[in-house]
Amino acid sequence: MLRYLCERLVQSAAVLAVMSFVIFVLIGLMPGDPVDLMISADPDLTSADIEKLREIYGLDRPVVERYGNWLLAALHGDFGFSRLFAQPVFDVLLPALGHTLTLLGISLTLALVIGLPLGIWAAVRPYSVRDYSVNLFAFAGISMPSFWLGLLLIILFAVILGWFPAGGLGTPGKDGWADKLIYLVLPATSLTLASVGGHTRYMRASMLETLRQDYIRTARAKGLSERRVVLGHALRNALIPVTTIIALDFGFLFSGALITETIFAYPGMGKLTFDAVMGNDFNLALVCLLLATLVTLAGNILADLAYSWLDPRIGFEGKKL
Amino acid sequence: MTGPAPSSTTTVAANPSTPLRLVTRRFLRHRLALVSAGILAVLALASLLAPLVENGLGLDANTVNLFNRFAPPSVDHPLGTDEAGRDVLLRLLYGGQVSLFVGIAAALTAAVLGTAIGLTSGYFGGRIDALFMRVTDGVIALPLLPLLIVLAALDLEKLGFAPETAQAESASLYRIVVIVALVGWTTVARLVRATALSLRERPFVLAARAQGASSLRIMTVHILPNLASPIIVATTLSVGNVILLESVLSFLGLGIQPPLPSWGNLLTNAQELIWDAPALAVYPGLAIFVTVIAFNFVGDGLQDALDPRSLERGNR
Repeated sequence: MLRYLCERLVQSAAVLAVMSFVIFVLIGLMPGDPVDLMISADPDLTSADIEKLREIYGLDRPVVERYGNWLLAALHGDFGFSRLFAQPVFDVLLPALGHTLTLLGISLTLALVIGLPLGIWAAVRPYSVRDYSVNLFAFAGISMPSFWLGLLLIILFAVILGWFPAGGLGTPGKDGWADKLIYLVLPATSLTLASVGGHTRYMRASMLETLRQDYIRTARAKGLSERRVVLGHALRNALIPVTTIIALDFGFLFSGALITETIFAYPGMGKLTFDAVMGNDFNLALVCLLLATLVTLAGNILADLAYSWLDPRIGFEGKKL
Repeated sequence: MTGPAPSSTTTVAANPSTPLRLVTRRFLRHRLALVSAGILAVLALASLLAPLVENGLGLDANTVNLFNRFAPPSVDHPLGTDEAGRDVLLRLLYGGQVSLFVGIAAALTAAVLGTAIGLTSGYFGGRIDALFMRVTDGVIALPLLPLLIVLAALDLEKLGFAPETAQAESASLYRIVVIVALVGWTTVARLVRATALSLRERPFVLAARAQGASSLRIMTVHILPNLASPIIVATTLSVGNVILLESVLSFLGLGIQPPLPSWGNLLTNAQELIWDAPALAVYPGLAIFVTVIAFNFVGDGLQDALDPRSLERGNR
């Protein structure tokens, strides 16, 4: 078990290292570099100045060397300054991370509280009107473009009804969690609706599969009530695959929040990533993308661990893809 | 307990016929999928016939008329006009051409790429397999959306493309097909590899090898046809996903570049125009939503129709 975990960790570190290089190269390929931006800000610069600036910033060096320098500094905990915010990268990152985790925490909880029971409820009467309606709802959630859903929520609840603010984090000058909560309603609703469909479908499929097992027939034959059969016998086993998918989904949700955060001007990781990429903020964009990769990788490992912890029959040694 | 069984479960046993007929019959039983396929056909046809509609209405999709902005629906403009006085219906139809083309082209490209990688990996096994699967794991672990944004923001000229190519109107179209295919091949690759791995030990493959067939021939002639079902299902389901991705990127201003319309970039201004014209925010989103849900239902129906296990489910 420990050995497997170590293997996975090493493997993930390797993916992360490769990714950091790939992202470094990709970001270098985006239009404009720091000196280009200075040129547009200051038309008095001569071409000699520009050469000099490129030298100071190390932009005349080959990409591998620049990456090496960045990596060396990063390993010492120095990720550089964010150009957009004129602050060390981590001072910008940490509050955004906090905001995103709040938003994701609320949305994920809501999506599970709604999606799982709905999936079970549909699975106990397969191919009934109820099942079809739940399926339709789930498919609608999966197929809804999340930015459009966000727009519709803004139109309905912010513009027409005026119940909730259209975006932001809180009313300026107002403190307290109640005010913050009001600002969270629309983004959290949007994100919840976007992920609840998937959870419903996973839960339904898994429960349907479990209810087909022999021990369920035994439980029914014993004369147990349908309620006890489903909730007492089937549920625990049906939850196993669902748990792993939730862990896998977390990484997806983490980067998927980008759209919701951008629409609602919610200052989380997603919006920060988008702003950093669009604003040519190299250092910040790089760290944002690496963090998103890290979260996805962590989700994958967590999913594997959860799987074998919940179902001891699944060993680590034999598990090869 | 399982409730009323779906109708006519006995036809399969009572009426033996070709596999294709079986699949067709099972698909036709899936009502939602059937309706969805119909809707998709109508949408595709309407988009393709956009030039005819243009002639019929006597309008031009790109003519700006600032005296006729935000016009309500009328006989001349069935869905009204947008912020530049252009006909909304025509923009929507031309946007459909682009969005559907991107969705189908990218999904097919990804499927071809994934099939090639999965087939090679599964058939040869060993080191090639280990290497390919590590790469696949790596790509799956990437944060999809942020990465797509970076890829969409790349400067094509820095990649060595000629400025004329990089700035051509169609560049944004092909760019998005390529980047979505680059990150979207993993699902098909895994499916194909898993099936190929089990197929290569089967007697018919051994027989072919004994007859002296080359690896390429065994892979393409003997193994590939057996992989058709999972590939078709996964590709159909991914068309919907691709359309969603395209619309998000275009909405953020990174995908299809105006004046070329796509359902995503038709919504780009919608947020600022919410007060003036909420309807403009509704139509393109609805088009995306209906198309994606239809592709998902068709994929689901195909899965039930092609997957032998669903037969057992139907008989319960």
